[in-house]
Amino acid sequence: MKKILLLVLSIALVFLVGCNKDSKEETVTLNVFNWGDYIGEETIAKFEEETGIKVNYEMFDSNEAMYTKLKSGAVDYDVLIPSDYMIEKLISEDMLLELDMNNIDNFKYVDDTFKGLAYDPDNKYSVAYMWGTLGILYNTEMVTEPVDSWNILWDEKYADSIIMKDSVRDSFVPALKLMGESINTMDEGKWEEALKMLQAQKAIVQGYAADEVRDKMIGEEAALSIMYSGEALLTMEENENLAYVVPKEGSNMWFDAMCIPKTAKNKAAAEQFINFMTRPDIAFENADYIGYSTPITEAKKMLDPEIQNDPAAYPSADILEQCEVFIDLGQKMTDFTLEKWNELKAY
Amino acid sequence: MIKSGLKKLYMGLVFIFLYAPIVTLIVFSFNDSKSRAKWEGFTLKWYANMFHDPVIVKSLYYTLIIALIAAIVATLIGTFAAIGIHYMKKWFRGIVMNITYLPVLNPDIVTGIGLMLLFILINLKLGFESLLLAHITFCIPYVIISVLPKLKQLTPNTFEAALDLGATPFQTIWKVIVPEISPGIVTGFLLSFTLSLDDFVISYFTTGNGVQTLSITIYTMTKRGIKPEINALSTILFAAILVLLILINRRPGKNNVLLD
Repeated sequence: MKKILLLVLSIALVFLVGCNKDSKEETVTLNVFNWGDYIGEETIAKFEEETGIKVNYEMFDSNEAMYTKLKSGAVDYDVLIPSDYMIEKLISEDMLLELDMNNIDNFKYVDDTFKGLAYDPDNKYSVAYMWGTLGILYNTEMVTEPVDSWNILWDEKYADSIIMKDSVRDSFVPALKLMGESINTMDEGKWEEALKMLQAQKAIVQGYAADEVRDKMIGEEAALSIMYSGEALLTMEENENLAYVVPKEGSNMWFDAMCIPKTAKNKAAAEQFINFMTRPDIAFENADYIGYSTPITEAKKMLDPEIQNDPAAYPSADILEQCEVFIDLGQKMTDFTLEKWNELKAY
Repeated sequence: MIKSGLKKLYMGLVFIFLYAPIVTLIVFSFNDSKSRAKWEGFTLKWYANMFHDPVIVKSLYYTLIIALIAAIVATLIGTFAAIGIHYMKKWFRGIVMNITYLPVLNPDIVTGIGLMLLFILINLKLGFESLLLAHITFCIPYVIISVLPKLKQLTPNTFEAALDLGATPFQTIWKVIVPEISPGIVTGFLLSFTLSLDDFVISYFTTGNGVQTLSITIYTMTKRGIKPEINALSTILFAAILVLLILINRRPGKNNVLLD
């Protein structure tokens, strides 16, 4: 009997303590929604200390899960850090606020290469957070010749050792880039031509895979695969024979960028947060912890020279010039590309 | 002879399948390398690092608090509900039991989004309170399901006999019924506790305000891969639950929970 009373009382106590905490919160709070394990360990504490703003930090595991929760309106998020195509979608659905760049003074530190990108051409809604590329992950023991072109994915020496991605847009990148075309081309003839190339390649492809690519590359079951740089970085940690390269013909560039949704309660504080994250010393700490490429030039300069000069993380300007961001092709064109994809899979 | 050998082999295989992943995880929590592919020497650094990672420590705190309170409240509500359901008329009991089973069979994603929409509708801000309510909600049916069989094992007239001998209804419940069904209650409590620890989908949709449980923290790490600190933390959790179970089963004069 006493024990049960004790239990009930302790529950009541926890609730009381919980409520007390809430009522004391009179400082500004900021709801930040980001990918998991995607910020420096001290960064939030530093921001809170400097500004006196309290951060409620929440994490998501995919752009789609983020979208569902944002759309429900259950939480009034102030800052989001989704990927490029999701930002484009949020802009087209009128879910983002325009940023006031007067409050984001540090925007000047963002490298010009990463301004005015296709998903947000006028930089009205977003500031780049991290970026990377699509490229070739290969095993240096199995592929001894230098790898610098998408061409190698058509080399019959590596028959049955090549893994493509089980995704329309990604798998068409090598073919379109070899043709010297834009990966966002609206010309149906170019897609047909690329399809022909991929059909010819299919005989030597081991498979069109999704998440299992990483395990296959670690287990040395394949010599070459196309992969995103972030994922490639993780995979390379587990097998030292693996290397990553962005082919000279160019490729796709991806971005995660900070933006403010219309639900934001504290736009000024949100802009203060974005400004803070863009400050070179903070961006450096962040990039150093996460290991992805930072769009802040000054921050990049503070990194270990070995990383700065690693073409896998920071490809040369010539190659970057050839790289493009995916943009939404519109419903009609998307359906057309899916049709081509099915033709390839059925070939 | 051959038959019993086969039996042992079968048992062995079952245990290997059940425990191999946990053993792997425990072994790699001591691995000096970040990689899960190869062994590079013994270390305790992940155990030390774990307590310096503010995100992990905070998630662990919320996970344990939520699991504990949710399990206690769900056990209280579920036990009384089970006693009520047990003494219902048969046809009505059938209906109530079906309603009880429904959330158990319902996919988590439906429960999660449903609860989220409900919380928005009643204007409850997503955060600690909503997460706790959600966990209590999905734990209750499991408590009812573990307590009911124990009630069925009671001699049907125990309740009347106790009243007959002068106990008040309240005394009858606490001194006669509850001690008899306590193994079921403990099972229900442990089940709720572990289910609450485990849950990701429902938690993801019903939390907010910076409150994250461990499973959310771990799932969302997929972008950059699971940190080795998580192996260390899982090992500690596994050991803690193991000790808890041993203690419960060693209680003098109590029935064995695991064998129930």
